Amino acid sequence: MNMQAAIKMTAAEQALVDAYETQIGDLPGDGEVLAARDVLLSDLKAAGLPTRRVEAWHYTDLKALLRAVPGVDPTAVASRVDPLVEGATVLSVLNGRAELRRVPDGVTAASFQDVLADGSAAVGLAARSADDAIGRINGSFVRDGITVEIAAETALEAPLEIQAVQNAGQVHTRFPVSFGQNSKATVIERHLAGGENAAFVTSVSDISLADGADVTWIILQQQGAADTHLGQIRVTLGAETKLRLFVVNAGGKLVRQEIHVAVVGEGADLTLRGINLLGGETHTDVTFTLGHDVPNTTSTEIIRNVVFDRARGVFQGQIRVAPDAQKTDAKMSCNTLLLSDDAEFSSKPELEIFADDVQCGHGATVIDIDHTQLFYLKARGIPENKARAMLVNAFVAEIVEELEDEPLVEALEGVIAAWLEKHA
Amino acid sequence: MLEIKNLHARIAEDGTEIIRGLDLTVKAGEVAAIMGPNGSGKSTLSYILSGREDYEVTEGDILYNGESILELDPSERAAKGIFLAFQYPVEIPGVATMQFLKVAMNEQRKARGEGELTTPDFMRLVKDASAKLKIEPEMLRRPLNVGFSGGEKKRAEILQMALLEPKLCVLDETDSGLDIDALKIVADGVNALRSPDRAVIVITHYQRLLDYIVPDTVHVLYKGQVIKSGDKTLAHELEANGYADIIGAAA
Repeated sequence: MNMQAAIKMTAAEQALVDAYETQIGDLPGDGEVLAARDVLLSDLKAAGLPTRRVEAWHYTDLKALLRAVPGVDPTAVASRVDPLVEGATVLSVLNGRAELRRVPDGVTAASFQDVLADGSAAVGLAARSADDAIGRINGSFVRDGITVEIAAETALEAPLEIQAVQNAGQVHTRFPVSFGQNSKATVIERHLAGGENAAFVTSVSDISLADGADVTWIILQQQGAADTHLGQIRVTLGAETKLRLFVVNAGGKLVRQEIHVAVVGEGADLTLRGINLLGGETHTDVTFTLGHDVPNTTSTEIIRNVVFDRARGVFQGQIRVAPDAQKTDAKMSCNTLLLSDDAEFSSKPELEIFADDVQCGHGATVIDIDHTQLFYLKARGIPENKARAMLVNAFVAEIVEELEDEPLVEALEGVIAAWLEKHA
Repeated sequence: MLEIKNLHARIAEDGTEIIRGLDLTVKAGEVAAIMGPNGSGKSTLSYILSGREDYEVTEGDILYNGESILELDPSERAAKGIFLAFQYPVEIPGVATMQFLKVAMNEQRKARGEGELTTPDFMRLVKDASAKLKIEPEMLRRPLNVGFSGGEKKRAEILQMALLEPKLCVLDETDSGLDIDALKIVADGVNALRSPDRAVIVITHYQRLLDYIVPDTVHVLYKGQVIKSGDKTLAHELEANGYADIIGAAA
């Protein structure tokens, strides 16, 4: 008798497999798109959700942490909200469905559903690597999103806000955005909850900067207290490009934001800044990989974490410098303010350097509130809670100010202050 | 206004007793100078008055307007009108000076049940008060005390005092590190706040500051006790003869 033991799937894995069965007839795209989805789902089924034995997921054991996945909820509705910065052009995705509006000259925007339907999205659906669980889940289920093209030599005056509001069920979106030569733009990728229900969200942004493009890209994640958010941004930087990538996590129950950057053009410069505001019983992971593949490129990464309650945070930062990527200059730091005995933060810097004429450094610090500063504020009549919030805010405000865009700085400071008001 | 009775206090962390049976009364309208050699407990007294948690009161009481303040935390004491001008004002990167001033003023108003200041009112108050202390607007745009010179820090303390309008002002060695011009500006700032309903405690090593802020009473602190009290002539006596005679007489 064949006694081969079946591999037991977790409830979440089973829910994903079941969801695929029920949804597939309804998901946009056939032919190559469908084939690509089938491959992704069968890989997911075979490998299961990653555990701590998969190195890239060592600190975020998705199999253990993802207890349940809600089914698709066709009745869920979500509404647009005001843009983060007044005057921004808003492209919204409401509970997973794109809703397009007029865009400025030099910008083309289309629903991602169109490129799924016509099959041209098939190539991009493949996972990045064998451990790309987010790519796999998202590629299997993606239903909509927005593709944006910014024409060469276009300089956008107002920011473009990609606003993803979700309320319940599952939402899987994609945002391929290309910036033409010498274009200049600020894009705000904003994820927020429209209600209290638990949502399971995956979102993949795929952005490319053609030579000379100058881009500020903000990811602002403010999911609800019961939500799972699995985000990924894939970036390709051409020659003489400048990208300021700013990631703020201020919500969610289980969050992983991956950032994968390939620097393929000489003279490219990446500034990554991350702020993780963590509280409650949550798990938030920012995983960053950067490949300096050509000479004369620069990058700096600063991650600031504020951790309250029983929250856990993770930062993994991997910088690879290819053998001929001489004169690379990369600096990475991760600073954590731990505000409770039960809070936890794991930081894993990884430098893989194959060139000999480079400058690469990394550092990590963990600190507590400075008691002398706290006393000073209290001695001026500022109550303990407020004084602590001011000091925590000061810890992250420093890097927000680097953005040098006043309305944007003010808006982000507002988000941070509101979060601290609630959690500190 | 302030009555300190048989106060005993120690460093919370290691139990070292610093204040050993201190008695002191300061009336409304009075400027009291507290002098004493290094290590006599002067700065500790200022911290205990403002409620710093690093110190523990083990015996005695501090009455402010007839009520004990020992159970109040520093922000509650501040809201009741107790102000400490720090010997070493603390630098806080990431907190803008103007924002700090506004929050502090409004929190104190809130604690007293008053409405918040409007932005124009706040700006006007700061502008007037800083002009009197020769504080440049540029300084107020910097993070709190960050990159301020010694003199700028002390002037910023007096600016806060002027804006917060406390009832009991404790100046902890406000003269240290000041040149004569800065000293005059600071002293003028303090003198401008003298009023019948406000008391000032000036903690200092030197007579010099007391030439500009003339005290009504002078108290010599030694080993955590007031060993002699007098009027302003006591300060001159100390300047001429040092502490040795008084300490010797008290021993």
